[in-house]
Amino acid sequence: METTVAHLKRGQKGIIKEFTQDLLPIKLLEMGCLPGNEVELVQVAPLKDPIYINVNGSHIAIRRDMAIHIALEIIEDNAVI
Amino acid sequence: MSKQINVALIGNPNTGKTSVFNQLTGLNQKVGNYPGITVEKKEGICKLPRGVKAHILDLPGTYSLNTTSLDESVAVELLLNKNDKDHPDVAIVVSDVENLKRNLLLFTQIKDLKIPTILVINMADRMDRKGITIDIDLLEQKLNSKIALVSTRKETGIDRLKELIADYKNLKKTQNVDISVIAPDYFEQLKEAFPKEDIYKLWLVITQDVNFMPLKKTLFKDTSSFSTKSKSELKRLQQKETILRYQFINGILKETYKVDVNAAKGFRATLDKVLTHKVFGYAIFFLILLMIFQAIYGWSEYPMDMIDGFFASATEWVKNTLPPGVFTNLIAEGILAGIGGIVIFIPQIAFLFLFIALLEETGYMSRVVFLMDRIMRPFGLSGKSVVPLISGTACAIPAVMATRTIENWKERLITILVTPFTTCSARLPVYLIIIALVIPEGSFLGLSFKALTLMLLYLMGFGAAILSAMILNKILQIKSRSFFVVEMPNYKLPLVKNVAYTVLEKTKSFVFGAGKIILAISIVLWFLGSNGFSYEFKNAETIVAQRIEEKGYSANSEVYFENQLEEQENTLTNEEEALQQQELQERALSQEIASYKLEHSYMGYMGKAIEPIVRPLGYDWKIGIAVLTSFAAREVFVGTLATIYSVGNDEEETIKNRMEAEVDPKTKKPIFNLASGISLLLFYAFAMQCMSTLAVVKRETNSWKWPTGQLVFMSLFAYIVALIAYQILK
Repeated sequence: METTVAHLKRGQKGIIKEFTQDLLPIKLLEMGCLPGNEVELVQVAPLKDPIYINVNGSHIAIRRDMAIHIALEIIEDNAVI
Repeated sequence: MSKQINVALIGNPNTGKTSVFNQLTGLNQKVGNYPGITVEKKEGICKLPRGVKAHILDLPGTYSLNTTSLDESVAVELLLNKNDKDHPDVAIVVSDVENLKRNLLLFTQIKDLKIPTILVINMADRMDRKGITIDIDLLEQKLNSKIALVSTRKETGIDRLKELIADYKNLKKTQNVDISVIAPDYFEQLKEAFPKEDIYKLWLVITQDVNFMPLKKTLFKDTSSFSTKSKSELKRLQQKETILRYQFINGILKETYKVDVNAAKGFRATLDKVLTHKVFGYAIFFLILLMIFQAIYGWSEYPMDMIDGFFASATEWVKNTLPPGVFTNLIAEGILAGIGGIVIFIPQIAFLFLFIALLEETGYMSRVVFLMDRIMRPFGLSGKSVVPLISGTACAIPAVMATRTIENWKERLITILVTPFTTCSARLPVYLIIIALVIPEGSFLGLSFKALTLMLLYLMGFGAAILSAMILNKILQIKSRSFFVVEMPNYKLPLVKNVAYTVLEKTKSFVFGAGKIILAISIVLWFLGSNGFSYEFKNAETIVAQRIEEKGYSANSEVYFENQLEEQENTLTNEEEALQQQELQERALSQEIASYKLEHSYMGYMGKAIEPIVRPLGYDWKIGIAVLTSFAAREVFVGTLATIYSVGNDEEETIKNRMEAEVDPKTKKPIFNLASGISLLLFYAFAMQCMSTLAVVKRETNSWKWPTGQLVFMSLFAYIVALIAYQILK
């Protein structure tokens, strides 16, 4: 199933496929958020934004408006509801 | 003695870079600013084996050499500019054993600058618990570099690091990654255009977002010889570069770095679940806030009282010991009062930074940012603005200093500018006395009007802060890219040493930075209040003595006598009573002289001069002076009125009685009535009356533009609100 990081549910994992926007901050890439790497959604802030992800061993929080531009394929669907 | 070795410490945030710095330098460190910008510059001296010394520069934390903030560009500029006096002979990249992969990105970039580089793998003590094993020898080989495995917590590995620094001449300067493969044609062109320059260095200069003034110009005198690329093309190449570097790193780590995944998780996940929970998360945050408040209000009361007492007795001592004269008065009333006004803030500042340091060291602060970001965003603030805004209710000075954690300059500036609206503790004495005077008895829903007024004033402070943030967000045209990537570091027990250094250093930078300005203004205020040019000022003693002889003591002094005698009741003999009477009269006389002098001093004339301005707000010239002097610090208001009404001591009750009795000579109505009282409350709620805050804002923004704007805007706003209130209620 294809989706974006913004659509992940807690505990779901995916592999980053591509960025749908060119001008994503380079900082995100430096943190290990690169195509081919694994992402897991760790937590969602109480107001649904920002989201807290573990990508390639880096634990980072990003805002939803950025997460929506990271396309991925879900590999492990053990969402916590 | 041989030349010092220049060492630059560089690394990702949260890798314990500061701990390594503290271990290397001990207390031999100093903190300043880079010339012309607000980026903090930390440097220190480290003693190496064989009598060699190293100058250690702690560069701002950065994830890579692709700069996005001023802090980061400082690091890059230093590494590129060989002529800088701090240009490193050797760079130490500090990494965290758990995030080695990400940390190596920065390492390969620095290595490619051909600077001798040592890799520090910090937090080695966590390896067992996290199931990590590293083949250090193989890793050294693959990276062509020396590695020091360090634990700052257990204090191991530092000696090896020192050895490596002393021996820096034997470090290899080979590059790790050849970046020209990402766009061979383009880099070929570059090489032709600038045959003398290193390719990677050129690439960095071309791609930097932040301007690097001198370097960029010298490199691009002649750009005609090769075609430049568009911004988005460069961006794409930067992305390619990052991917290339990660490929290199992944390849190496596959052979040298092993993690047993099952050992890793657990504690962190559980704690995260609780601390960022939609109910518990906020509840815990709220409880921590309450505790910090309690500390700042409650615990710092004792040391503050002690400091206050100490300076009072020091002033007394100076007056009694030194020969009377202008010089003694300058020391006692100008300099000592000024220094006292600085030192009194130390306990609050120290407590606040103690808590902030603890929250940051443990990793909790990132969770607060995570919780609050969405709530703050509509106001042009970020999750990181929460801490300063809340600390502002204690004191705006440490609060403004606490904004340093906000990377986005616009969000940081807005936070700095609106923080002084929050009700700081210095407003409290003013509020309390005026509320007691003018707000009627009675209650609403079980809460007294007085308490409600106080609460309303606090709410108005927050409201004004949030509203002006919204306005500033609309008007300020500052280009700073709004990205929000916050690392959520692992939870750690704080290191006592790091916390202690932080508290010490922040307190020091307040005392010596803002302190100078506070001292200067105190001296000016003292001068204006204790000098005058008029006949009345110069002959105050004889005039007042004559007046008392003719008309008796002023109403003010009569109240003073009554209060003093009441306290002692009738346990005294006649003789004692007579003696006391005489003593009281002497004191009353000197107070009346002081009051008369103040009225005819420069300050007094200034008060009279501004009376037309403050009249529409319902104040007379005396309140005018009090408002003027409380520019130094709000709580001075009460003290100044005490001097003017010549009330001998600072005891609130007596001042209150005097204020209550004060009537307008023309209308015969009380000066402090509901209208003028509310007007005063509102004025103090919004006006920027704190030179210490202005001094700190100047220091933090490195320009007089922002504090001046703040002063003008807040004072105007306060004036208008107070004016409207008075005119309606009058």
